[in-house]
Amino acid sequence: MSDDATSPPEPWELMQENIEMLSGGIPWGRRMGFRFTKIEKGHSWGIQPWKERLVGDPDTGVIHGGVLTAFLDNLCGTAASSALSKPRFVATLDLRIDYMRPAEQGRDIIGEAECYHQTRNICFTRAWAYHESRDRVIATAAGAFAINKPRSLDSMRAM
Amino acid sequence: MAEDMKLTEASRADEVRAFVERTPLAQEMGLRCEVMGDEMTMIMPYQEKLIGNFMIKAIHGGAIGAFLEITSQAQVFLVTEHLLRPPRPINLTIDYLRQGHAKDLYARAEITKMGRRMCSVRAEAWQDERSKPVTTLMAHFMVSGD
Repeated sequence: MSDDATSPPEPWELMQENIEMLSGGIPWGRRMGFRFTKIEKGHSWGIQPWKERLVGDPDTGVIHGGVLTAFLDNLCGTAASSALSKPRFVATLDLRIDYMRPAEQGRDIIGEAECYHQTRNICFTRAWAYHESRDRVIATAAGAFAINKPRSLDSMRAM
Repeated sequence: MAEDMKLTEASRADEVRAFVERTPLAQEMGLRCEVMGDEMTMIMPYQEKLIGNFMIKAIHGGAIGAFLEITSQAQVFLVTEHLLRPPRPINLTIDYLRQGHAKDLYARAEITKMGRRMCSVRAEAWQDERSKPVTTLMAHFMVSGD
């Protein structure tokens, strides 16, 4: 919580407080069983459980790389918006994924992302996915996010 | 001779269709492919579960990324005769150009360079107009024998 009781909470504090709603608000994330586990300013952590329906190779039971793309995209986007001092939506501009080793069959994947730089319009992020620690990483990501201008909910629904 | 070649091509198209049909993630996403010789179009029919942002009803960027990755994998598999199974990706870059609206997506992939061990692929996904891609992808795959 903020030291000064009169100042409004920062976006990341609201995100951490409503972390379950944040995970549940992404239909494709929910379908994948993805959830956020922790949010700090400019940082996010999450978990992607192994699920039969996410398998990319039926012979090995390994999860498809495309699941990692969505996982790391979710984490990077949240790290980006949690870095801002005002609540804003961010949109993925680009995302680069490097596959280091296949995920193991049946095991949860853990991930973390950080927003390491921001300008007025853009957040720069990177992320890691692994089973145990960042020493044995499954995939890494680097993503740039555009910070959307503030707009009302009504104008968003009209899009 | 020509007859033989035709047979091989037909069976590889069948293998590509079988890959889509027996890959759980492709099924979960509702993908189907249309193979015409060495060309292929992948289709991702709109489903509510593919949404990433429910307030603006946009398809999840990660789902579109996975769609393009599977399209590229299938295209490389289609044209690389010596591969016994769909190739594994090394890395990929996705450019999100436009919002993916709540409707069907189409994708095609093109091999930009086929090497002995690796190949480079570009793919794009579109909705109403092919000339207005929603998302593009550049990827590298391993194509050396298993």
